[in-house]
Amino acid sequence: MEAKTLFDEIWDSHVVKEVEGGPSVLYIDQHLIHEVTSPVAFLGMEKRGAKVLRPEKTVATPDHNVPTIDQHLSIKDELSRNQVEMLKRNCAKHGIVYHGLGSEGHGVVHIIGPEMGLTKPGMTIVCGDSHTSTHGAFGAIAFGIGTSEVEMVLASQCIMQPKPKKMMISVNGKLSKGVTAKDIALYVIAQITTSGGTGYFVEFAGSAIESLSMEGRMTLCNMSIECGARGGMIAPDQTTFDYVKGRQFAPKDEEWEKALAYWKTLKTDVGAVFDKVYEFDAANIEPMITFGTNPGMGIGISKNVPNSDKLTGSDKLTYEKSLKYMGYAEDDRMVGKKIDYVFVGSCTNGRIEDFRAFAQFVKGKKKADNVTAWIVPGSRAVEKQIIAEGLVEILNEAGFELRQPGCSACLAMNDDKIPEGKYSVSTSNRNFEGRQGPGARTLLASPLTAAAAAVTGKITDPREFLMES
Amino acid sequence: MAYDKFTTLTSPAVPLPIENIDTDQIIPARFLKAVERKGFGDNLFRDWRYDKRNQPIADFPLNQAKYSGQILVGGKNFGSGSSREHAAWAIYDYGFRVVVSSFFADIFQGNALNNGILPVVVSPGFLEKIFAAIEADQGAQFEVDLQNQKFTILKSGESEGFSINPYKKHCLTNGLDDIDYLISMKEEIAEFESLP
Repeated sequence: MEAKTLFDEIWDSHVVKEVEGGPSVLYIDQHLIHEVTSPVAFLGMEKRGAKVLRPEKTVATPDHNVPTIDQHLSIKDELSRNQVEMLKRNCAKHGIVYHGLGSEGHGVVHIIGPEMGLTKPGMTIVCGDSHTSTHGAFGAIAFGIGTSEVEMVLASQCIMQPKPKKMMISVNGKLSKGVTAKDIALYVIAQITTSGGTGYFVEFAGSAIESLSMEGRMTLCNMSIECGARGGMIAPDQTTFDYVKGRQFAPKDEEWEKALAYWKTLKTDVGAVFDKVYEFDAANIEPMITFGTNPGMGIGISKNVPNSDKLTGSDKLTYEKSLKYMGYAEDDRMVGKKIDYVFVGSCTNGRIEDFRAFAQFVKGKKKADNVTAWIVPGSRAVEKQIIAEGLVEILNEAGFELRQPGCSACLAMNDDKIPEGKYSVSTSNRNFEGRQGPGARTLLASPLTAAAAAVTGKITDPREFLMES
Repeated sequence: MAYDKFTTLTSPAVPLPIENIDTDQIIPARFLKAVERKGFGDNLFRDWRYDKRNQPIADFPLNQAKYSGQILVGGKNFGSGSSREHAAWAIYDYGFRVVVSSFFADIFQGNALNNGILPVVVSPGFLEKIFAAIEADQGAQFEVDLQNQKFTILKSGESEGFSINPYKKHCLTNGLDDIDYLISMKEEIAEFESLP
């Protein structure tokens, strides 16, 4: 039998039909929707007179647009409120489960899927959001789609996709203290650039990857889109099975045993061929921070802003434009630069482990006076866990307040906007111009690096503090 | 959704010689709150096009009367970032039917094709030639021939072929979309679902 990659194994078992000279018709096991990219899809369905084919395979929650304080009140912004209400109405009309604002199941769509056990190994999962790649952490094929494709899935539970090429990124060795999954992600993207993965689906492997918790794996797979890849995935193992077991939608009893036996077969065969392979050494990765306006512009926090001597033509112009936007100069030292905002949250770093790391770091310290911090849990479940573990007291004691779940300042569709010209150390995924608000300057980093900046008011190597303990 | 059929197009082009133009620049998130698909063209490249007081920024190409046409030419890695289809809607609504670059992000490329926009991938060298041709003459005409998969700088006669998935070419040429096709597959899908 032909040696197959994990990706091929799952993809091939979901192909309903190969269109001649065209894309594959791929069956989708789980569809997630939110308020921003679904309304036009529902509208399109209605115009065609189509019905949702398998409403039980779609789950909805509003996250992009929602306020992160006073969620019990009506949403003030009229357009945002309208979008959220539209999602609720569309779900009611088509029989789709809806986790509304303030409900137990509410949260960022990529946080609640895994929490509820909707995300499982071997599945195909799509959502009208590029960070759907998050779910690949479970050994699933998960990727973001556009609104036309949301309509396809609603109407047919299928999507038409050309099969991507396959890339293996292995990271071996032991991660140093203070180095997290986020740093691996930013390191890899800095190495292969924001377009290095375009056209590929990535499998992450190696001892450093295997050592990650499910939360860490989700952070890494979440960021795989930032190197241009369609998605990223990690073969399921005991860590995966332990996480899934017992969750609301996880299989039970006999079904569990059956599922587990199948999941254990989900791995890349020896001898399977990838179109591209990268190997990295975990020992070379230090806490990372970005200095520019795309996620590939990241460096080890102890380094200086690279200079553009080796760049020419439009590469050089683009680089200079980026530094100008950030207000940085070539060869600047990153450590010690003043910052104004800290954002902890998003589908990248909005899980319980992220808040544990942040809280543990700031415990017994004080938020710097020049810093405004937004600490935003990824879901109601995460919020409840933060409270249950007593982290909220630690945060409050240190001068931080916990907000309510949503995408928040990651894309600033709600009121959580970083003001023009201000610097934000953010645990989110994109540092594009204006991403966190018009004129906002984003520095992507891990929750630990965000914590170090929050207590010092400037870019700080978190290892300085970790060495003491 | 239904869009106009695409066969050939002859038009001047608007240059955006910037790399990594991400979808947050094409349409910033704060303009994604509509529940219908209309009017996105007004906010295409909003923060590059208008200043804080909503005044046009004079040196941005879309604000310069000398540039016009249905072809947008961008630097490499066009359309990276968010999966928002609003980016394709904004480009189409503004009046572009073709986007040319040496490299497109995957999701954007798919979204463009699903909305009647032809993404044309040319070599980096040919992209430079297109930019140079526009700089030399803002009214320079270009021909996009989908049938023969060829992009031509009419003044010099230089051309380059481009590739497109045959199925997508058929859709674009006939103004068809995937959704009706998938709905027509109902029985095959049900059969697939019944497999063990």
